[in-house]
Amino acid sequence: MINRIERGGAIAEGLAASGPVCLGYIPIGIAFGVLAQKAGFTPLETGIMSLLVFAGSSQFIAVSMFSAGAGAVSIIVTAFVVNLRHLLMSSSLSLFLGRAERKKLFAFAYGITDESFAVNISKFKNEGWDIDRALAVNFSSNIAWIISTVAGGYFGQFIKPHSFGIDYALPAMFICLLVYQLKGRIYVFTALFAGAFAVLLSLVLPGNSYVIIASAVAAAAGVVVKKRAREGL
Amino acid sequence: MIGKEYYAVVAGMGIVTYIPRLVPVYFMSGKKLPGWFIEWLDLIPAAVLSALLLPELFTTGVPRIFTLFSPETIAAVPTFLVAVKTKSLGVTVITGMGIYWFLDIIVK
Repeated sequence: MINRIERGGAIAEGLAASGPVCLGYIPIGIAFGVLAQKAGFTPLETGIMSLLVFAGSSQFIAVSMFSAGAGAVSIIVTAFVVNLRHLLMSSSLSLFLGRAERKKLFAFAYGITDESFAVNISKFKNEGWDIDRALAVNFSSNIAWIISTVAGGYFGQFIKPHSFGIDYALPAMFICLLVYQLKGRIYVFTALFAGAFAVLLSLVLPGNSYVIIASAVAAAAGVVVKKRAREGL
Repeated sequence: MIGKEYYAVVAGMGIVTYIPRLVPVYFMSGKKLPGWFIEWLDLIPAAVLSALLLPELFTTGVPRIFTLFSPETIAAVPTFLVAVKTKSLGVTVITGMGIYWFLDIIVK
């Protein structure tokens, strides 16, 4: 009984934490649904892609590749490359999931996105967060994504885009969650390094490989700076 | 789209997207990792969030070009200050949206 109450509480906390993510997914999901519909996808085809892939940017790219008549292999390889950045997020989440039930990790991994990662990692660092709460964040984000993309396919043309500044929900969320991470000079250094390097790389490299390269290099630089500081150099 | 072939490709996309999500969290959770690696992982969230956010704010178009002043970057300043001051995600998101909405109307 107590267990069930605790579980219900965990789910409620997870749902509350996922609010900004769900809000932010609505305009992007609708935009995706409209794009897919214009490219000739049925709402069912759109929804199945959102369910099976659940990764926004790679879905946008896939739709344009399908429309351009690209081959199956190149579409799949592109999805792999675009979504490889989740490797870093999954690694960093693993630090906090040592006590989680192994089988829940299979479900949890499915829901790791840029946005759910941002929310969950901040929560894990502040204690009182666990796999059930994190799963609730992932699944409500997933549902918001699927519904928004399918709705975009049906009603997208009738919805006025850019209403209420909703396009800024995710950038604002990332700003706040980044602020949470800046708990010392080394984190500020790493974030500035990663951000500046990512901007530079994004201007010269196509696609989004800048995320994984800039993050990995900046965190490595942070480790070196920390070590130097410890050794008093 | 051509029926079955479409779903096969999408399933393929799903599998190759799932693997990098699953492998680290499944195989590294609860394992003893070297100290330098834990320090590196500890810095990853700050790095990833910044690497996702800053190009989103400071670049536009395809291929991307640098933009210092845009509704996105201008709204980021008060949004950042509200985040630092309140530490509240809800307040920050609502404020950011409001300011951006306002700027977007002015620009148009």
